[in-house]
Amino acid sequence: MKTFINLYKHTHTHTHTHTHTHIVMSGSSTRPRLMKHAHAQSRDSVKMAAGQQWVLVEMVQAFYEAPAYHLILEGILILWIIRLLFSKTYKLQERSDLTEKEKEELIEEWQPEPLVPPVSKDHPSLNYDVVTGPPSHKIIVNGKECINFASFNFLGLLDSERVKLKALLSLKKYGVGTCGPRGFYGTFDVHLELEERLAKFMRTEEAIIYSYGFATIASAIPAYSKRGDIIFVDEAACFSIQKGLQASRSFVKHFKHNDMEDLERLLKEQEIEDQKNPRKARVIRRFIVVEGLYINTADICPLPDLVKLKYKYKVRIFLEESMSFGVLGEHGRGVTEHFGVNIDDIDLISANMENALASIGGFCCGRSFVIDHQRLSGQGYCFSASLPPMLASAAIEALNIMEEDPGIFRVLQDKCKHVHKALQGTPGLKVVGEPLAPALHLQLENSTGSRTNDLKLLRAIVDYSMDRQIALTLARYLEKEERFLPPPSIRVVVTVEQTQEEIERAAQCIREAAVKILK
Amino acid sequence: MFEAVSSFSPNYSCTVSIENVSMGDYQRNYDPFVESFEETPLLVAVLTYMGYGILTIFGYLRDFLRDWKFEKCHLAREREEQKDFVPLYQDFENFYTRNLYMRIRDNWNRPICSVPGAKMDLLERVTPDYNWTFEHTGNVLKDVINMGSYNYLGFAENTGTCADAASECTVKYGVGVSSTRQEIGNLDKHEELEILVARFLGVESSMAFGMGFATNSMNIPALTGKGCLILSDELNHASLVLGARLSGSTIRVFKHNNMQSLEKLLRDAIVHGQPRTHRPWKKILILVEGIYSMEGSIVRLPEVIALKKKYKAYLYLDEAHSIGALGPRGRGVVDYFGLDPSDVDIMMGTFTKSFGAAGGYIGGKKELIDYLRLHSHSTVYATSMSPPIIQQIITSMKCIMGEDGSTLGQERLCQLSENTTYFRRRLHEMGFIIYGNNDSPVVPLMLYMPAKIGAFGREMLKRNIGTVVVGFPATPIIESRARFCVSAAHTREMLDKALNAISEVGDLLQLKYSRKNRHGNEGSDSFSFLESHQD
Repeated sequence: MKTFINLYKHTHTHTHTHTHTHIVMSGSSTRPRLMKHAHAQSRDSVKMAAGQQWVLVEMVQAFYEAPAYHLILEGILILWIIRLLFSKTYKLQERSDLTEKEKEELIEEWQPEPLVPPVSKDHPSLNYDVVTGPPSHKIIVNGKECINFASFNFLGLLDSERVKLKALLSLKKYGVGTCGPRGFYGTFDVHLELEERLAKFMRTEEAIIYSYGFATIASAIPAYSKRGDIIFVDEAACFSIQKGLQASRSFVKHFKHNDMEDLERLLKEQEIEDQKNPRKARVIRRFIVVEGLYINTADICPLPDLVKLKYKYKVRIFLEESMSFGVLGEHGRGVTEHFGVNIDDIDLISANMENALASIGGFCCGRSFVIDHQRLSGQGYCFSASLPPMLASAAIEALNIMEEDPGIFRVLQDKCKHVHKALQGTPGLKVVGEPLAPALHLQLENSTGSRTNDLKLLRAIVDYSMDRQIALTLARYLEKEERFLPPPSIRVVVTVEQTQEEIERAAQCIREAAVKILK
Repeated sequence: MFEAVSSFSPNYSCTVSIENVSMGDYQRNYDPFVESFEETPLLVAVLTYMGYGILTIFGYLRDFLRDWKFEKCHLAREREEQKDFVPLYQDFENFYTRNLYMRIRDNWNRPICSVPGAKMDLLERVTPDYNWTFEHTGNVLKDVINMGSYNYLGFAENTGTCADAASECTVKYGVGVSSTRQEIGNLDKHEELEILVARFLGVESSMAFGMGFATNSMNIPALTGKGCLILSDELNHASLVLGARLSGSTIRVFKHNNMQSLEKLLRDAIVHGQPRTHRPWKKILILVEGIYSMEGSIVRLPEVIALKKKYKAYLYLDEAHSIGALGPRGRGVVDYFGLDPSDVDIMMGTFTKSFGAAGGYIGGKKELIDYLRLHSHSTVYATSMSPPIIQQIITSMKCIMGEDGSTLGQERLCQLSENTTYFRRRLHEMGFIIYGNNDSPVVPLMLYMPAKIGAFGREMLKRNIGTVVVGFPATPIIESRARFCVSAAHTREMLDKALNAISEVGDLLQLKYSRKNRHGNEGSDSFSFLESHQD
């Protein structure tokens, strides 16, 4: 019995051997009884045995009376069980006939690749631009004071005195860190308040906060979509969505960027597939994952069409709104408000609090039926320390500002249009993105044919502008990791703090740079 | 009394008392390496299974009643318009949540409204419907002794130099950054922090990230890929598992802290190469943690390093819980064993715990960090760390290093180590089964039975002590436990109060399972379990 207990004590360590032992144990103990019943039925003279002795006697009797083929079969089974008991449970590798010496030689011989490939010292991205002081409207990059056209500080809340004050008060009360995940004394009253406020702001039932913007959608997707499920995703989806898809191990189908016909084609294909195997189809969950305003293309997704497709093909919609939350719509509620789509039609909305809210972290919101599931299944929620309370307080104050003065979104949208217009006609560069997008891309009209050279040209434009007090940045990507690598571009970010004059100056400066550098 | 048991423990599943004096080539500067995982008593195991059995039967009964509308179902429901969609959850998926977790849900997510220091204030909650919903009464449970937060060195403070420096930094920088490190979110503060962290760890270079979890999940994929092999301890944290999975490498799991298992996997891997193709592996990466947060065990680092060197593998050491909490200078498990940090290829850790901040780091050779600066998912796509958080880390780290001109940091380290020894010794003497290493400030106390999870948490809170209780799936099904995290901020008086309460609750719930000799021996001798059964 002791082995039995041991076996369960460390099931996690010894799973393989033990499952087998277990089978054997139960197998060997039930078999005689089965036999007994078989014979008891064939010979009605035998009473149902009551005592242990009776069983034994019966077993012996049964043994004598059983036909030979039966005994042989039993014998083979027993032998097989013994074999199972003593054979190794499974082999990681096929058997090898190598001698110990040969193995040693192989081990001696093996040379691994270096941990990381060497990096050349003058790689263009190795040395980051250094920002001294706060990255607010006026930003000091590499020692030069510039006007910021690069940080996603759309509403200019990053150096808001009100936000800072609330953060300070929170710091005075709670200290800095939370020293634990949400489950283990890492839930602060401010977290609950922020969740409630976000839900109220977005007009959804519930919201859940994460301590890192990137981890939000990347954790949310695998919380629902599992192996075997299907996700339809836009080709231009951002990197954190891509990581979420990968972590979910679901079946991923990409449709062309913002192309609803292509999406419908895929959905129809799936419908045909489902008709072939309706039983399977009943358990395959399906999702459409899109961004409200794409960070990679600065386009808005056609949400009303997506909602139509949702109900037509019964697919759930997950919407990533990091770029559109606090930007689009009359009250900054994002792309649902922009289109006047009922927010309950969207199954899950996620956004980070690092852009418009100028704090740290991210959130998901939607119906409680959907959102609450993440409290036990969102990996980045359960297994990570919670958001420092001062950052939650800062986000709450930022929400206050947004609620008190919805005019701020009007201002931002006007500035976005202004920048979009001012950048038109820059020689050699094309503006990519919607007029309403707060983070546009400037791409080369004519690529040199090599990504490295393109990037060099764009970098030269960025440097030229930086010398003239306009801070821009290249849009950065991991070239080998992106599923569909966007073309090289300069990012131009609009914030409410930029004045008319500054925007004109920036546009002028970029034009000059383009003329000079692109010839 | 101390017999050197072979360092490769042949049967790890029984009670283990491993004494590594024979380990040879590293210098031990601490107490002997004693780790114990006392065997589950037979009766307890049987009763635990029965407990789960009863819960499951009642679970089915309740589900049946809910289905037939005899019992009110409090679960949020799918909206009518989407009833004909494929269900978002399989019904059985939430069986455990509905019928087991929900009964004792009040033990988790307890909202706090103060610094998570040695004492904390909790918001009082009541539930009108058996934990389906909670209401806050508005009352505050004051001065609950905090045995749950990972506040090892007591840097979770709202006064003092760290808080002051963080305040100053907030005024200057604000809290956000709104850009990534590679774009325009690389502040001078980030660079300052990274130089300091490298110096603290004794490595060439380092890099800091905004979230500890993401430090693992977003950097491991940058280091290995297809054709590489990852050997991972079976009890590794979810973030390491996720990182390994996202990397696309082949993953094999070795038994917890079991060097024999690790060596076997290493040998097999090199000899046989990749499955089917038999091409040699491009590289092999071993993933281990410094202190395992659910077991309280410390990684057998000297042996791991010996193996790694012998088989030319690379070593990724996650010091989430050990950095600051172990070693005479608080430099983590490497310091604890007196080893050379350059023997660990990738030193990872978090700032959440000992430093009372948030985020994580990776330290190592300059080539490694340069490569990560270019290829880490975090530097390209994630917003960089918030300046006041950085300031908290800088100030607390300097304090540990003694660079603030005081001995406060050193005192905290001593206090933590003293508290750990005291707390563990007393619990052991009381007759509880506690897991893990004698020097680990993470102290799991075994509860086993599912009903005792809830009872322990509640009874402790009644006595004004906040503890963490964990059960399946965070632990194996019968090994539910309570976990205490000792802090340097705990005074002897607080620890005594907590210990008395634990003893009282232990008697009440009959938790003193240990059958080891508990009285008459003083100090570490009481930890020698060599009379234990080995089968």
